[in-house]
Amino acid sequence: MIKKSIALILIAILFVAIFFTLANDLPFGDNRTTTGVSDKYIYHGVNDTGASNLVTAIVVNYRGFDTLGEVTVLFVAATGVGAVLYNMGRPAGKKRKKTEASLIVRTGSRILFPMMLLFGAYIFVHGHLTPGGGFQGGAVIATAFLFKYVSDTRYHIDHNKFTATESVVGMTFALVGIMGLLLTGYFLFNFLPNGSPGELLSAGIIPIIYVAIGIKVGAELTGILDNMMEVEQ
Amino acid sequence: MIYYMAAAFLIAIGIYALMLKKNMIKMVIGLSLMDSGVNLLLISLGYINGGTAPILLNGVKPQEVVDPLPQALVLTNVVIGVSVTALALSVIIRVYKHYKTLNSDKVRDMKW
Repeated sequence: MIKKSIALILIAILFVAIFFTLANDLPFGDNRTTTGVSDKYIYHGVNDTGASNLVTAIVVNYRGFDTLGEVTVLFVAATGVGAVLYNMGRPAGKKRKKTEASLIVRTGSRILFPMMLLFGAYIFVHGHLTPGGGFQGGAVIATAFLFKYVSDTRYHIDHNKFTATESVVGMTFALVGIMGLLLTGYFLFNFLPNGSPGELLSAGIIPIIYVAIGIKVGAELTGILDNMMEVEQ
Repeated sequence: MIYYMAAAFLIAIGIYALMLKKNMIKMVIGLSLMDSGVNLLLISLGYINGGTAPILLNGVKPQEVVDPLPQALVLTNVVIGVSVTALALSVIIRVYKHYKTLNSDKVRDMKW
């Protein structure tokens, strides 16, 4: 009990410290971009990269190497989940649960599944024009597969196909980087024309990389879901 | 200003769960809440009064957008957070199979 009250007091002090430091030193809504690196991104981003969405311009073009590392982290985590949960699945063909999903869920999933895939694809194809991008679109695609798992107790994905897809798109990302290295001398440098900002086929290598990331993230998250759903109770 | 308060509150709740909860799933929830708090904090640091989303389409001028850099960082952080949560939960599934308990104190006391 005494331990708990000390902890609560410490947490309250922490809360007050965080809040008042922020409120005093960094007022909310203050303009802090007049100097430094953000300014360059905001004023030169569209000309440099051809992408209207500046967040995408930063994530995929200026800091594309970071994103390659980020995709690697996600890949390692998916592999780790598979390794930790190895050999905990049920024998093939056995049902997950006794109870079937209701008619409404089953019918709804049949109708909505292709639309959710399409919506995910839309999000990552338009990553350089509208809010969203590869990671968000991939998450939507994984949600569509989760919906399939929820509605059909016998449903399970073909792991080999998903792994093959993931490897191919992962290699596409690396290959685009290496082509930049060969053609311009810099890894992940934009070697395609920028086009006119605002059009679908613009922004050089950004759409290629974001489509690759979208498919890769969708396949990886679906793999994680499959590993967790298939654990025997 | 309410965003700062919410971010600090989420971080405090997350630390509370990590310090005082014994159930390992609740500890992961705390970790995830702290993650959300930090993300909210970074996003609200980049806000500029009257600013709009950093997408320069349909006549939006560079002068009237918010700072895009924290948003790009948070995009990375969200993905890392998902990875950490998934890995932690799978380890918890393994631990539960082995020890038949989710209490972190009991797991620590037990022998292999």
